[in-house]
Amino acid sequence: MGSSGERLFEGADWDFQTLQRIHDACEKIARTELGLDVYPNQIEVITAEQMLDAYSSVGMPLFYKHWSFGKQFAFQEASYRKGLMGLAYEIVINSSPCISYLMEENTATMQTLVIAHAAFGHNHFFKNNYLFKQWTDADGILDYLEFAKGYIAACEDRHGRETVERTLDAAHALMSHGVDRYPGKKALDLRAEEKRAGERRQHEEAVFNDLWRTVPNTKAKSKAALTAERRRALLGLPQENILYFLEKTAPRLQGWQRELIRIVRHIAQYFYPQGQTKVMNEGTATYVHYRIMSRLHQQDRITDGNFLEFLQSHTNVVFQPEFDDRRYSGFNPYALGFAMMQDIERIVKNPEDEDRDWFPDIAGKGDVEGVLREIWSNYRDESFINQFLSPALIRRFRMFHLHDDPAESQGIKVDAIHDERGYRRVRRELARQYDVGFVDANIEVVDVDLDGDRRLMLRHTTVKGAQLNETDARRVLQHLADLWTYDVALTEVDGTDKVLKEYVVSPRAAAVAA
Amino acid sequence: MVMHIVDRRLNPGSKSLENRQRFLRRAKALVQGAVKKSSQDRDIKDVLEGGEVTIPLDGMDEPRFRREGGTRDMVMPGNKKFVEGDWLQRPNQGGAKGSGAGEGDSEDAFRFVLSREEFVDLFLDDLELPDLAKRKLAETESEGIRRAGYATSGSPANISISRTVSRALARRVALRRPRKDEIETLEAELAECDDETRRTELLALLEALKAKAKRIPFIDPIDIRYRRFETVPKPVAQAVMFCLMDVSGSMSEHMKDLAKRFYMLLYVFLKRRYKHVEIVFIRHTDRAEEVDEDTFFHGPASGGTLVSSALVAMNDIVRTRFRPADWNIYAAQASDGDNMTSDSGLTGQLLTDKILPVCQFFAYLEVGEAANYTFDMPDSSLWTLYERLRNEGQPLSMRKVSERGEIFPVFQDLFKRRAKQERV
Repeated sequence: MGSSGERLFEGADWDFQTLQRIHDACEKIARTELGLDVYPNQIEVITAEQMLDAYSSVGMPLFYKHWSFGKQFAFQEASYRKGLMGLAYEIVINSSPCISYLMEENTATMQTLVIAHAAFGHNHFFKNNYLFKQWTDADGILDYLEFAKGYIAACEDRHGRETVERTLDAAHALMSHGVDRYPGKKALDLRAEEKRAGERRQHEEAVFNDLWRTVPNTKAKSKAALTAERRRALLGLPQENILYFLEKTAPRLQGWQRELIRIVRHIAQYFYPQGQTKVMNEGTATYVHYRIMSRLHQQDRITDGNFLEFLQSHTNVVFQPEFDDRRYSGFNPYALGFAMMQDIERIVKNPEDEDRDWFPDIAGKGDVEGVLREIWSNYRDESFINQFLSPALIRRFRMFHLHDDPAESQGIKVDAIHDERGYRRVRRELARQYDVGFVDANIEVVDVDLDGDRRLMLRHTTVKGAQLNETDARRVLQHLADLWTYDVALTEVDGTDKVLKEYVVSPRAAAVAA
Repeated sequence: MVMHIVDRRLNPGSKSLENRQRFLRRAKALVQGAVKKSSQDRDIKDVLEGGEVTIPLDGMDEPRFRREGGTRDMVMPGNKKFVEGDWLQRPNQGGAKGSGAGEGDSEDAFRFVLSREEFVDLFLDDLELPDLAKRKLAETESEGIRRAGYATSGSPANISISRTVSRALARRVALRRPRKDEIETLEAELAECDDETRRTELLALLEALKAKAKRIPFIDPIDIRYRRFETVPKPVAQAVMFCLMDVSGSMSEHMKDLAKRFYMLLYVFLKRRYKHVEIVFIRHTDRAEEVDEDTFFHGPASGGTLVSSALVAMNDIVRTRFRPADWNIYAAQASDGDNMTSDSGLTGQLLTDKILPVCQFFAYLEVGEAANYTFDMPDSSLWTLYERLRNEGQPLSMRKVSERGEIFPVFQDLFKRRAKQERV
């Protein structure tokens, strides 16, 4: 095995050669044994201070300036200084090359763990999972962020910081409703985006002719000509991507404001897959680091002591408190993801009869890595859990399903537990917890009153009777109205189109748009 | 595959600094309120230390659409004894915590740490030094010198050798003054030369060169340059702060505490504006003495009240230790307002003739008992006297304070930025 008998490092110290050795050893295992396919790696060593910085700009190495990041920074700094919060060992960025930040405080063992976890586990997931392939452009993201940062800074110079800030505030409030949930006509290409932004500006400058200002406006088309149906079709309604709708149709926004909204929208879209693949992404990375570390130990490239140190952090990472534990705050994606990956490994290698009934396609198939790679590429949390959460794992976690209907005076009902009758229901309910369709409120732009007062009409179709928090809803709608510059109405309806609540908000006098 | 390792540790840190400043700017009013509140309970020098403040989240929140209520379904781990169909009691508040969509009411307060600079900046924002008549004096009386190029004349002590030599060199090169080694080579050749005609030639050449060297001096008076200095008015970068306090029996602990808070603010404020700030504590009953801070605030004393004694003491100290030309002098006097009636004349005279002319700022703080409406009471003897002086046009600032909470407003009022020179 050539060099594989040599120790990668001794003790806790490391230098750049050590990192290189660790990376190469991990890479060998990742490629030959696990069959991973990764972006080139770039490993950056940073200080704790820089880690805090990175935290507050959503983990990205460069980001535009905005007060909300400062607020986050102040908050995190305070909790970090008080020792309430530990810092992550690493941050990894879905880009090509794939950038992993390693903290300088980590011991050599921790660096090995982190390289295996981020530079191979996450990296493979980013490159191969269908959601990331469809929605993100790993090659272009850093250039795009660079462009966004520069563009926003230039806007601040030209139009004043306050105006820019107001527009960004409004766009941020609507960020969760600024993503396309279903694939559009063409894949996103951020480099071309950046170029197009420049070209649009150039074109505007080239064709600018002051004479147009003096030409009398054409008469409005006959009102009847646009039927409601046609109008909606023209506006592309209903539209659930509110930011997209604003960018394209808000009547009085300036060109640069549309560009800002576009930037916020693109960034929201870039992060959209991450929210849908938390369990899988962390599960994959944890499984990969576990395999790699075990193999390194087996090859005697790390000592027993190093391996124990690794196991200690690993165990902490995959710890799942039970529901009545004070530390419980939902499922730990690392724990659930890792457990599921290991469980799939077990099903593929040594299935029980039960597993054969539940998973006829993969039980006993033998090729663990092949099956897992296939799963990593083609699922997101919801479908992954719906498909692969096994009865054995439901029993191991002793999962149960609670149904809480406020109208029910008897209390909360235990609807299903880890028994034969309950497996499927537990699995279905858990999967739904990860369904984006359920996690975000379903709000759509349904119409614009073009004949009347240009009111923008939105509809929130409630699920299971959960309505919007009124204070926050009004604030968000206020931002929306400021961008739209006319009234905005939101109707909350239940599944049967019964109206539950209506909001109408008017733009503020000092509106965002000119 | 190629892997790159980049060491980012040496990159400039605090990438978030600008975002943080934006945040502070936005939250300014809130943070300022919090800073003032948190500074109320601090000690004189701790105010400079920065620290943690808590601001309400209101106005700093970032709203999102979030949902609440409705029926909820949760899957949780760790079942111990539940079986299907069991009914669980609802917890009294908030339902089972943890899962569920978008729960967790946003915290109503937001807590973070301000650095020392940020703290003091916010603490003293909008305040500035009073623009008093004395300022002119302070600016002109103290002068410094600074280098200002070279001159053709000056004192020999100021000759700039390097400049002079380099000018001489330039001149020698320009006028082709023969170099020493040039002459030496010719002389050496002459010594070894047998050819008569060549010798005469060399001799003539040497003669000419030597003559030329004599005509063109190594250093000419026109080469000489002197370092030039000019005087500039130097702003006085140091200040002394006189704390005068009546410690006679009528001053209660509460009153001293009020005075202390005022001195504290003044100290912090001066510290921001001057590199070096000295504090002189003078306490007085019917006689005055200079004491240290601890004695000043806590030392026991009793006796009558003669304000003039403190002014005399201050005047002595100014004369001996703090030349008004070198020091910005600030004074703050705290008293309950009692003074011997017979002392009024002397006090007024001392102030007008000695103290006020050398002071940048003189503030009189009349402290009263808590819950005592000082404004309803007849003016004290000292207040009446000072008011008269002020009406005569003396640069005096005076305020009455009876409660802790009033200290900051009063201080801010005294030092707030004023459009023109209106009188405090």
